[in-house]
Formats: sequence, C-alpha cells, structure tokens
Amino acid sequence: MRRISRITVAGAATASLALALSACGGTSTSAGSSDSKGDKGLAIAYDVGGKGDQSFNDAAFAGLEQAKKEFGYQTADVEPTEGETDADKEQRLVSLAKQGYNPVVGVGYAYAAAVKGAAEKFPKTTFGIVDDATINTENVADLVFNEEQASYLAGVAAAKTSKTKVVGFVGGVDIPLIHKFQAGFAQGVKDTDPKVKVLSQYLTQTAEEGGFASPDKGKTAAEGQIEKKADVVYAAAGLSGQGVIEAAAAEKVWAIGVDSDQYQQEALAKYKDSILTSAMKDVAKAVYNLAKSVEDGKPETGIVRGDLKTGEVSLSNSNPKFADDADLQAALKTAKEKIISGEIKVKSS
Amino acid sequence: MKKFDKERLLLAVAGPVIALAVAFVLSAIVLLASGKSPFEPFALMFEQLSFSDIQVLIINQASMYYIAALAVAIGFRMNLFNIGVDGQYQLGAMMAAVVGAHVNLPAALQVPLLLLTAVLTGAFWAGIAGVLKVTRGVSEVVATIMLNAIATSVIAYLWLPNVFGVKVGNNNTTGEMYESGWIPGISLGDAGEIYGLVLLAVLLGIGYWIVLNRTRFGFDLRASGASQTAAAASGVDPKRMVLSAMLISGAIAGLAGLPILLGDTHTYSLNFPTGIGFLGIGIALLGRNSPVGIAFAALLWAWLDKASPELDFHGYDKEIAVIMQGLIVLSVVVSYEAVREWGLRRQQRRVGAELAAGHVLGAQNTKEVAGR
Repeated sequence: MRRISRITVAGAATASLALALSACGGTSTSAGSSDSKGDKGLAIAYDVGGKGDQSFNDAAFAGLEQAKKEFGYQTADVEPTEGETDADKEQRLVSLAKQGYNPVVGVGYAYAAAVKGAAEKFPKTTFGIVDDATINTENVADLVFNEEQASYLAGVAAAKTSKTKVVGFVGGVDIPLIHKFQAGFAQGVKDTDPKVKVLSQYLTQTAEEGGFASPDKGKTAAEGQIEKKADVVYAAAGLSGQGVIEAAAAEKVWAIGVDSDQYQQEALAKYKDSILTSAMKDVAKAVYNLAKSVEDGKPETGIVRGDLKTGEVSLSNSNPKFADDADLQAALKTAKEKIISGEIKVKSS
Repeated sequence: MKKFDKERLLLAVAGPVIALAVAFVLSAIVLLASGKSPFEPFALMFEQLSFSDIQVLIINQASMYYIAALAVAIGFRMNLFNIGVDGQYQLGAMMAAVVGAHVNLPAALQVPLLLLTAVLTGAFWAGIAGVLKVTRGVSEVVATIMLNAIATSVIAYLWLPNVFGVKVGNNNTTGEMYESGWIPGISLGDAGEIYGLVLLAVLLGIGYWIVLNRTRFGFDLRASGASQTAAAASGVDPKRMVLSAMLISGAIAGLAGLPILLGDTHTYSLNFPTGIGFLGIGIALLGRNSPVGIAFAALLWAWLDKASPELDFHGYDKEIAVIMQGLIVLSVVVSYEAVREWGLRRQQRRVGAELAAGHVLGAQNTKEVAGR
C-alpha cells in the first residue's frame, strides 16, 4: 500500500511539472506593450562588478548621466545578478526595450548573445554593446576600443619613469580583454627600454572569483611586485585596482590607473600623488555618442572603434608631475604619433 | 501500514512551510526597515509568475538547480558533504562542450556520448575526493572545496587557444558544438523554449527515489548515513559506500550544466552560469533530500531568481530576493530542528498515553515520525 502512495506522490510531481510545461498566460513583454513609449532614452545594463567600481561600469554611468542631463529624458541603469544565464540578460534588455528605452546598451562582452537576441525582437530599438565586435546587425552598435594603444603609452611612461628597471602589471581576470592591456603595456615598455623587466600577474581566473572587485587581492599582488623591486605598477583590474594604487602609495612608488582618470576620483584622493597617469578608455563618451546619434535620428551601427586617433583611448595628464615632465611627454608624443600613423603596430594579445 | 500517514506528512510539510512563512515575514520587515512597501514587491513577483516567458525561464533554471541539488542530497543521505558540485558540474559541462565540438556522430550516439562524458568527468572529479577520504582520511569538505578551485584553473587551461579554446570577440569559448549534439527544446512560441533536458532532471529525480528506497544499495547508503558503525556491523563496507556515494554524487553533478549547454548555448564560454552547485546545497536542504521536496525548492529558488529583476523597474532592489533566499536557508535549519523536537515530544506523549491506556505497542503506527 505504502509503495503505491509513494509512487503516486512521484507521479503527481511529474504531472505538476508536465502541467507547468504547458506554460499558460501571455509573455511579460507582450502584455501591455502599448504603454509607456513616452520620453524614455538611454538605458544601460551593467556587467559583473556593477555600479561603483570607480572604473569601467562607472564610466558607462558617467555617459548615461551626461545624456540624461543634455537630452532631459528618463534613463535607466540595471545591475546583473550572480550566476545568471544569457537568457536572463536577454530578458533584462528586452524588458528595457519594451518599456521604451532607446538606445539600450549592454556594458561588457558578456552581453553579446543577449544583445543579439534582443535586437532581433526589437528591430526598431537601437542596441549598443561595449567591448564586443561580433554582432553584425542593423540596429546594433558595437562599441569597441583599442585598449592596447593606451596601454602601450602607459608602458612608455612606466619605462621612462622607472629607476629600478622593474615595472609591474596587475590584471583583474585572466581573460582575452585584459590580455590586451598587458600586451600593449609590455610592448610599450620593451620598445622604450629593452632592459626593463615587466612582472605580470592576474588576480583570478574568472570574474566570479572577484578579480575585478577585490581591492585586497589587488593590494597583495602589488605588494608582491613592489617587493620584487617594481617601482611602477599598472593595474587593469576594475575595482581591485584601488588596492594596487593603495599599495603603491604606501610604498611610495608609482601607480598607473585604468579606464577612468583615477587621479581625479574622490575615492582615491588620498593616494592621488602616487597616481602617475591613467590609461583611459572613454566608455562614457562612446555611450554618450551612441545616445546622441539616436537623439539626432541617425543611430550608430556596426563597429564603432575608439582609439588614440578618435581620442577615446588616451593617457590622462592630470598629475602635474607627469604633465610637466618634458622628456617623458616628448617620448609619449612620438609614440602616439607613430601609433596613429601606423608605424607602430601594437599587439593585442 | 496505513495508506496515508497524516502524522508523517504533517511533520514533513511543517518544517518548510514554517521556514517559508518566517522568511517572508522577515523579508517584509527588512523592506519596512528600509522604508518601502512590504507587500508590493511580493505582489510584483507573483505577477511575474503569470507570464509564460518567465515560467519558461523558471523551469529551465530549476532543472539545473534540481540536478545539482540531487547531487548534493545523495551525499547528505550518508552524511557526506559534497561542496564540490560547483566544480564538478562546470568541469562536466566543459568536457561535454569540448567533446561536442570535436566529435561528430549521429545524434543517437552523440547525445549519449556527451551525457557520458559529463557523468564520467563529474564522477572522476568527485572521485578524487572520495579516494582521498577512504585512503588518507582527508575530509571530503576540504578536498572538494580545493577541487573547486583547481577546476576553475583546469577550465582556464582548456580555454587556452592552443588547447581547446576558441576566442569569439573578447569571450573565451570552446567553439560551437556539432548540431547532432544539440537537444531540441519544447518550443512555446514567443515564450521561448523549454530545454529538452528538463526531462532528464525529472528522470533523475525518479531514479534517485528508486535507488534510495527500493534497492539494497540505497538501503546501505541510508544505513551508513544514520549510523556508520551500525551499518558496518551489519556487513556494509563503509569505505566502499563512501567512494560509491562520492562517485554517484559527482556523476549527477556532472549533468547539472547540460540542460543549458545542449539546449541553448552550445558552447562553454565565460558566460556559462556559475554557482549552481552552491545554490544546490541550500535547495537540497530546503527540500529535505527528498526528490519531491527538492523539486519544489528548486522551482521556488528559480522563481525568486527570475521574478526579482522586475523589481528594479519599480523602485525596489532586486537583492531582496537574495536576502529572502538567505533567510529561507537560515529559517529552514532552525525550523527543521524545532519541528523534529516537537515531533519527538508528540511521539513520546502518544506512546506514553497508549502505554497508560494499556495498549500493546506497535499495534498502531508508531514508527519513527521524526523525519530523516
């Protein structure tokens, strides 16, 4: 008897699953799709690490703020959840598009599949994706950057500044995107002074382990490199870069920031005298430009590349000690010109 | 042998129900404390449940949670704590993706091959911890945690372009798998597609129940979990049981990532969902290691995951769902213990009453009712 009842229970469970399979009701995006076209503009969906990383994601937010101020429309910014799938990301973008936001930007290459799917469902909305150039659809703008070019200049600056002839690179996560920073930096150092040694370290293998979000990990890595005589450390590690800068400040060596001009950031004001320069990647401008192009009725499409020439990647000049070093500035100027003219080809991996 | 044991059912259901109620109330208090409406977020999340595309997302996600939780539960049933499910399923999915991208057989052979690859990889990875435990006495908790970290490094190695990696833009992938290894989903039009391997999750649940409750092995496993010395005295080889439990747990874990791999992404990339193994621990706990309980727990978890992003668009923080998940796990532990003691006391009182009334013990149903 008992056997039967247990099997009934198992059967009931299967049946309820099967029932659920015949999913009922409308889709969340079809329901009331007529509402809220209104005055909605740019929306961005963050990558892992999210808002407040003082770096990549915050740069996208800065672009959003600017667009909001200038065009006076409603904007939205949404954070991801941990361990989510492409389907969840697509759901997020679709939801934004459905509410009438235009353009909708996925910040980070992780959104590639999601942007592709959402762009097919909402052909009239312009989508943007940062750091990915694999999507080739009419209504998608691929916002990519030649990070290696700015990193090359950072390498030149590091090699020129180093007295110990040892410099360090701290990468947040061991992924192709960050390899570009390392490759450019190492090449810049080598082309300037072949005798300078580059120490490289990646904090974690995956973003989930916190490579972009752990200042403590960055600090430990930088301290290790400084112990090995490095006197300039370059961090391409998102929020973890704060720890690198902190360690450099404590040991009185130079740090080079990344993505945003970290000399100017309030959160890092205490350490700013140790921040030589920052290899900037102007995500803010790219995001703003996309919003502007939509506002002007001529939305960007295809690959929109930011490089030294367009000024969307560059080296910041806000530390006076760095800006006033004539010898260094001359070397940087030559290197920059050579990269723009194509005389120097910077490797990206 | 009664057909329907009310006492047993009451005790089995009381724990989770109390835990859920407490978690809901506590979350509402958290919302109140942050100056927001304590009801609207729940209303919004329930509303999401009525949308077919959200239902599809929930079922798809739940299938992976369910498999991972079963893997954890198998270990729990014999007091083994396999925290390594996370590494095991990621590595299993990775190997299946690699094989699927390099071997092209007819679908009838390809799919079993991929499943087998994942099963063997997961079992192998968990087996390392099992062997260490039986030969060197290394705690499986420590060993599996370490193996998780090693698994991420192995995956990073396999992603290298000169090993099995294929770079797509800034993403690491293992290359697209051959179509013969894709498992067609159940298409629901605009709502999306339900992964074909959701059925595998159901079958695994049934298999789990049969093996544990209807086989000699399952009995030995439960006996070892209840008391290792007693099991050994009755002729169960404890070392063999530990090893086989770890292997089976790992084998199931290896499958946890396959619904999405074979049903949707068809490649193992940086976007592959992580952390399912850890969530599986909480889900197995909430589901009391029972195949039906775990199914409900997995669906509940998936619902919290999939319905909460909508909160962001209504001025609430979707993290309330994460807080709820945490509160559920906490209250589950507390309420299960409380319900167990309450059940024991009830049982004692009843036995006492029956003895006082001069009844013969055992004529009625007085077998253990305290769960577990």
